Amino acid sequence: MYPHKITSVTTELNRHDLLGAIKVRLGIGRNDYRVSPGLYALGSPNDASPVLVTANYKLTFDSLRKELTGQSLWILVLDTKGVNVWCAAGKGTFGTAELIRRVYETKLHQAVSHRKLILPQLGAPGVAAHEVMKSTGFKVVYGPIKAADIPAFLENNMQATKQMRQVEFTLSDRIAVIPVEFNYVFKLLPALFAFFFVFNLIAPGGFNLTQVLFQSVVNLIPYIIAFALGTIGIAILLPYIPFRSFALKGALLGIVWALIFSQHHHVFMFPESNLIITANFLILTAITSFFALNFTGSTTYTSISGVQKETLYSIPVMGAAVLLGLIFLIIFKVRLFIG
Amino acid sequence: MGLVYLKNVVTLEMDSDKCTGCKTCTFVCPHNVFSIDNKKAHISKKEACMECGACAKNCPTSAIQVQSGVG
Repeated sequence: MYPHKITSVTTELNRHDLLGAIKVRLGIGRNDYRVSPGLYALGSPNDASPVLVTANYKLTFDSLRKELTGQSLWILVLDTKGVNVWCAAGKGTFGTAELIRRVYETKLHQAVSHRKLILPQLGAPGVAAHEVMKSTGFKVVYGPIKAADIPAFLENNMQATKQMRQVEFTLSDRIAVIPVEFNYVFKLLPALFAFFFVFNLIAPGGFNLTQVLFQSVVNLIPYIIAFALGTIGIAILLPYIPFRSFALKGALLGIVWALIFSQHHHVFMFPESNLIITANFLILTAITSFFALNFTGSTTYTSISGVQKETLYSIPVMGAAVLLGLIFLIIFKVRLFIG
Repeated sequence: MGLVYLKNVVTLEMDSDKCTGCKTCTFVCPHNVFSIDNKKAHISKKEACMECGACAKNCPTSAIQVQSGVG
């Protein structure tokens, strides 16, 4: 007889769940969106029902249970500190030790008569299946990558097709990871605005505050576009931009916009000066390239060795471009005063 | 998936002598890097490796090595 109180979960996501998902996709409160670890009953499981293991990030938990309508099974939720399966596996929190701990803490041996644990395949970087077997007697079976494939997997005697074992990075996947990057806007825009404001303020013969404020806001526009290209642009156009390196893909996108900007720089209220045009060209390109490089952290296929390599090459180049741009801006200003 | 990353960078290595042919690496790899040939696994798509570490973590004989970091 199973001695613990069992919490039941449904397979329906309500408005609260859906709104919560949108919030965390935007990066709001995503470090504090979790469910309690432990054993949950979905449907009417008995001692022969399968056990699915997952992480305690609520987005993960909801993404899993919504695919399981009509099923009766157990869900074993690990304490991954509110982090999703794949990231937690990389960190080790969706790991061997936590899985063993949770099996014993929930007295799982008494809840089920079989000895199989179905883990998401992307939990594998953190879990040594053979060690779990040794410590608990439970055999780890790696299920499909996507929760949506679980019903078919269970139906097929726990056999996964080759397709179920491959991770993708489709357009939908890429779009889903864009919103969280908007958080950079809240840091980048005020900093840029402050810079333009101070730069535009410093002029021989005084200034008009309203004019300077307005000009500084308009100056931001090409930079917002550069940022958008390095986030939204790179995500959507990823397979179509040449080069394997993200910094290079970003530089290419950045240069295209920088060229367009250079033809129309007066629209954005920059002074008529080749020094200013060149400075903007350099800094705009560097910004798009930087955010494109940053996007490597959101992909499903970039290796850390590769990211390290391209970071080592590209960051100094971006830094030099920005530095050169700043030098040109200073020279421009100095010339204004010298006459 | 047509997306590929940089060439000749990944730290993935395998000692075939230690391989027992359990096929676990083929079950856990999300990019189909391994294939089974003559009852042993070998690295057939090294370029597709993202160094997630799932293979090395689950190889019961430690035949596979990779520097996976924190993903």
